Amino acid sequence: MRPVVAGVGMTEVGERWEEGLMSLSVKASLAAIDSAKVGRPQAVFFSNMMSGRLQAQDHLGAFLADLIGEAGLPAIRIEAACGSGGAAFHAGFSSVLAGLYDTVLVVGAEKMSDCTTEEVTTALMTAEDREYTEFVGTSFVGLNAMVHRLYVEKYGVTEPQMAALSVLGHENAVNNPYAQFRRRVSLEEVLESPYVADPIRLLEAAPMSDGAAAVMLTTEDKAEQAHVPYAQVLSSRVGTDAFRLYEREDLTFFSSVRRAAEEACRDASKTPSDMDIVEVHDAFTVVGYLALDALGVSDRGKSPEMTEGGRFGLTGRPAVNTMGGLKARGHPIGATGLYQVAEVYLQLTGKAGKNQVDRARIGAAVNIGGVGTTSTVTILEGVSR
Amino acid sequence: MRESVPRAWREAEYRQRLVGSRCAKCSLVRYPPRIICPKCGSREHEEFQLPRVGRVLTYTVIRKGPVEFSGQEPYIVAMVELGENMRILSQLTDVSPEDVKTGMEVEAVLRKYREDSDDGVILYGIKFRPRLRRKAP
Repeated sequence: MRPVVAGVGMTEVGERWEEGLMSLSVKASLAAIDSAKVGRPQAVFFSNMMSGRLQAQDHLGAFLADLIGEAGLPAIRIEAACGSGGAAFHAGFSSVLAGLYDTVLVVGAEKMSDCTTEEVTTALMTAEDREYTEFVGTSFVGLNAMVHRLYVEKYGVTEPQMAALSVLGHENAVNNPYAQFRRRVSLEEVLESPYVADPIRLLEAAPMSDGAAAVMLTTEDKAEQAHVPYAQVLSSRVGTDAFRLYEREDLTFFSSVRRAAEEACRDASKTPSDMDIVEVHDAFTVVGYLALDALGVSDRGKSPEMTEGGRFGLTGRPAVNTMGGLKARGHPIGATGLYQVAEVYLQLTGKAGKNQVDRARIGAAVNIGGVGTTSTVTILEGVSR
Repeated sequence: MRESVPRAWREAEYRQRLVGSRCAKCSLVRYPPRIICPKCGSREHEEFQLPRVGRVLTYTVIRKGPVEFSGQEPYIVAMVELGENMRILSQLTDVSPEDVKTGMEVEAVLRKYREDSDDGVILYGIKFRPRLRRKAP
């Protein structure tokens, strides 16, 4: 039975001082359950990266199941760094595809404002090898900065081109009620912002965020019976790469994304040129570009030039990061992959509001953990009713 | 996180002497040593001493590091190419950020990375500095 997304729930992303990790998670979960109208979930998959360090709280699956009134259900937490959301979605998708459950709730959350920047920086580095990478004092943005420098040198990319994806994200976030930064930034503002780790500038980096997003996966039959708009999940695939960044043969290509994308396109009988919208993981602009290159919507090294040229705007094909991307919607780590899927669902079911992409039928989400270490590609197709 | 003494001790040789492994079948060098070769799958390896001279492949300036490095910023972290398909991540030392160039020759030196606390373990490792050239005779 082909799994479908029958409903989604999101909380506003931002510094949510009044909310805790679990209250955000519960609100997103209930919103997804209510919007799907297919009854109660039979299992829960919870995505989160850092709660053990940032909240000193683990065992989130059972905790959330209880808090949404479903103690007793199978409920498991899944972690793959910043790719946790896509990974949890993959687990939920697989279980429905296998016929084990009809309806599952996949929810992701991260609460970063409970800690200082320094503490979060330290926690984020658990995505890489502590003994030989964190040991030398690099931060996560530092790792991406080294890749940014190589990418720019190899492909002759200009500074305005590297900044363009950030400008695009902010432009699209203006109309996203869930976005952390609902305002434009100019190219000059990005280029004048200080370095956070040379050559990555502050306004090329996703912010620290609190937020939770959830999706309800169910069978096509159930969604039809419920008379709700839904999107078929044509595929959900996961790829990984050499764990230590310095051991990668090619540092300017995300082979984990390529692997997942090839498999997902094969499952879906689609090609990258069939995508009407694409949500990519622009934790840093270079990461977004590497995702676009590896997904195959651009030749290697060409996505910055295409972004600068306006190819990926809301009228472009594909339209990219239509609700702001990680940079402007925000990047609550464990929730990010599920915000992406929820945003693709909104576009494919005609519920994207002012940012609705005309005749959007096929959409992909690329979620990434580490520097292209664990990547997930999800392809959805809207069902018109 | 408090640094565990045995944890630091069991990595010390690799970190301080640049000891890696070379696959007995396909000669792939990995650092730190591997149990199984990621390229050919062989489980036979010999100890391999990494070269101590290399070139800066790419680098960054860390302006906000992990908590353990608090107060040391800014400092330079680089990926150093020690040979074909043989790289290491390391700090650069004895050079200021504006003088670093990709492609510059660097050499290994043993340096302190950090102190865990007043009564905690002191962590040493290899850093790279610009290669010192002997004066022509």
